[in-house]
Amino acid sequence: MAVRTEPFVLNMGPVHPSTHGVFRMRATLDGEVVVDIEPVFGYLHRGIEKLTEQRTYNGIVPLTDRLDYISSMSNNLAYCLAVEKLAGIKVPERAEYIRVIIAELQRIAALLIAVGAFLNDCGAYFTPFLYMFREREKIVDLFEMVSGQRLTYNYMRVGGVSQDLPEEFMPALRKFMDKMPHYMDEYDQLLMQNEILIARAKGVGILSGEQAINCSASGPVLRASGVNWDIRKADPYSIYDRFDFDIPTQTTGDCYDRYRQRVDEMRQSLRIIQQAIEQLPSGPVRAEVPHLVRPLVGEAYARLEAPKGELGFYLVSDNSIAPYRCHIRPPSLINLTALRDMVRGWKVADLIIIFGSIDITVGEIDR
Amino acid sequence: MTVSLSGKEVASKIEEKFSGSVVESSAENLVIKSDRVLDVARFLKETDGLDFDYLNFVTAVDRYDHFEVVYLLSSLEHNHSLMIKARCYDRENPALPSVVDVWQGADFQEREIYDLFGIKFEGHPNMKRIFLWDGFDGHPLRKDYI
Amino acid sequence: MATFDFNIYNLVNSQAVPPDWPGGFWWHWLFFTVVIIGFVLTLVMGVIYIERRGMGRMQSRLGPNRTGPFGLLQPVADAVKVLLKENIVPTAADKLVHWLAPVIAFAPALMLFAVIPFENGALLADLNIGILYVVAISSVSTVGIFMAGWGSSNKYSLLGAMRNVAAIVSYEIPMVLAIVGVVLIAGSLSLNQIVMAQNVPFVLLQPLGFLLFFAAGCAEINRSPFDLMEADSEIVAGFHTEYSGMKFAMFYLVEYAEAVAISAIIATLFLGGWKGPILPPWLWFIIKIILVFFAMVWTRTTLPRIRIDQLMAFAWKFLFPMSLLNLFITALQVLAGWPTELAWVMVIVNIAVMVVMVFIWSKFFFRLGGGRLEA
Repeated sequence: MAVRTEPFVLNMGPVHPSTHGVFRMRATLDGEVVVDIEPVFGYLHRGIEKLTEQRTYNGIVPLTDRLDYISSMSNNLAYCLAVEKLAGIKVPERAEYIRVIIAELQRIAALLIAVGAFLNDCGAYFTPFLYMFREREKIVDLFEMVSGQRLTYNYMRVGGVSQDLPEEFMPALRKFMDKMPHYMDEYDQLLMQNEILIARAKGVGILSGEQAINCSASGPVLRASGVNWDIRKADPYSIYDRFDFDIPTQTTGDCYDRYRQRVDEMRQSLRIIQQAIEQLPSGPVRAEVPHLVRPLVGEAYARLEAPKGELGFYLVSDNSIAPYRCHIRPPSLINLTALRDMVRGWKVADLIIIFGSIDITVGEIDR
Repeated sequence: MTVSLSGKEVASKIEEKFSGSVVESSAENLVIKSDRVLDVARFLKETDGLDFDYLNFVTAVDRYDHFEVVYLLSSLEHNHSLMIKARCYDRENPALPSVVDVWQGADFQEREIYDLFGIKFEGHPNMKRIFLWDGFDGHPLRKDYI
Repeated sequence: MATFDFNIYNLVNSQAVPPDWPGGFWWHWLFFTVVIIGFVLTLVMGVIYIERRGMGRMQSRLGPNRTGPFGLLQPVADAVKVLLKENIVPTAADKLVHWLAPVIAFAPALMLFAVIPFENGALLADLNIGILYVVAISSVSTVGIFMAGWGSSNKYSLLGAMRNVAAIVSYEIPMVLAIVGVVLIAGSLSLNQIVMAQNVPFVLLQPLGFLLFFAAGCAEINRSPFDLMEADSEIVAGFHTEYSGMKFAMFYLVEYAEAVAISAIIATLFLGGWKGPILPPWLWFIIKIILVFFAMVWTRTTLPRIRIDQLMAFAWKFLFPMSLLNLFITALQVLAGWPTELAWVMVIVNIAVMVVMVFIWSKFFFRLGGGRLEA
């Protein structure tokens, strides 16, 4: 005789130790098994897209900082690329190289948090998280030298960057580059073959390649499912076509592969930074553009390989000092489309891990 | 480099299959009739040579007398992209067919457009507001919302 | 050697008070009750401090160092903070159950110390069935935890409490079987006799039993890597989500008091209890407790957490068969008279057996893993 059970709804509310920000999920559970989930968004909705219509093009840069506040430099860069495409502005060489170095450093910093938070969700009670923060601290110190801020940098401008690198930047960067591979090997040694991590994350939450493409996933989530698509290689922006780096992909698309993917991408970023440091020219760091940029009537879409995925800005201009419409393509929101199918049939503990492995930032989802 | 396909060539291909569905086409612009969007979407995804299997984004622009819904499609295999638009002239109850069955990635984005502009997408499994709460009055990203 | 002298009268009369104790039975009882409560509470505070500092240092940060010199008064500050907090009870909670749960969870943790020796004959009650009493009493706190989960009328708490009950019931068996191995060698269930019989510490004679007991003990007291009962990042705080104020302090205390209790039992059963050269016996006892506890802090900081079905699989498919094999091999060795005559041979053989068994079993018979249920 079977015992009659019925599913119940568990609300993993907006304030929760593990949902990476104010994100709410209503999970329908049958015992411990997840039957369905319904994500609820909007707890951090600030109306950034509407705000952009009332600010000048350069004045929108601080707004873009607050989108994915963990990787602010990438947001700034994506926005500036879109405006430069719309207005036809050419960026000087030194600015391009500085942008590449800063963007790749930002990628490493954001991926460190992603990996640390994922391991924290697996239950390794903050230890790997704090170790990763140790390295991120060094990167944030470099950014503080450059822009004066530690989280929302507001560093890029339309036509280049706001100011040149100070003198102490390069020696500090070289010191960081010497130590970082050693730290990455340390993490690999501690974590890659850890049996508990493999048991928790291997085979869990598999996202196949076609499903990832259908759900418009991008970034590490897409590449871990086996699809070899990276905007830096497929549609190079800035000067990425001058650097020599590989695009790692994984095979299965489970949580362990997504974790592996992020670690591999960090190593590739180190390669790019090394080459950029060697080739860095001198010159102006900002193009001669008026402070109130006034592009001609038209529209442009520019995209960037942000640490979370494809971050794009779609700008429509009507020849005034503020954009007519600015739409932000949020990688975190679109990567979450696949969450429901990935999670069905797994347990509550796996729900948290799968959700953590997609790596979202609510500032970007809600805008 | 991702090649951005010219609107004119694709327009001629679409016109062969579904005549009367293209409103306007130029090198950068391709506008589709609003009720034919789903057929054209399926056609673009399934035709060899086009193979637009990846939807980059769906968004809307308020052009005062009409809404313009913009789709950016890519093909990962051929590395080309195409931007198509659909216009919606009704301001009281604008509606378009939903492309969720073709590209599942449009799920949350169409809900966002409904929330912020008021455009309903027919055929969407969960047409509810996504960022603002259910009883919210008005659609903020419209130009006449202060 | 293997004489089980169990007689219900002996339980109360002959072993109750050592012959050289001044005063009668009730003075003995009062003295030891006060000593045990004071000892446990002080050691719990010390252990909380060790955990926070130790974990902090292992995570490349400092840990508390402001309150008092080297942060030594941190547990006191925690206690004061918790006592001053408002005691909130959810309206839909079952009041009596909610109120009673911390008491039922905490009392057994203290009662365990009644049979643990601080010196030869220095314990509250030298029961003939010492270790059986320990096993029986430690299960009572499970009832308290389940009451907490049920009485909170909160789905998170219920989830945590259910997981807890399932896990504790499963891990009792390998724990008891590991204990039986020790009992076979020592020849008595009384903890005092077990310590006296350890000329060679039993960790060397029973290495596999030690590992099994350590793993099962960690699971019993919800320590990482088995701490999914109160998994911080999943179900907020598990069964004690809805507790605040003094009741939360009781649960917090339960967790560390049980950790101290399990460390004390490991020290008594496997490490030789209070035995050691030069220093006074009670100091050796404290040192051994702290060493075992430090090993628990170490595993907590390093390892991620395993899932509930993996937890159950680990208990039933790994620990249980290994503990049966351990028991079988120990029984053969005791029958052949090895513990008294060929002690060092037994040590070497058992360590070899442990290494081989753990290696073979984890390679070929059991891998931690799980499955997806088609919902």
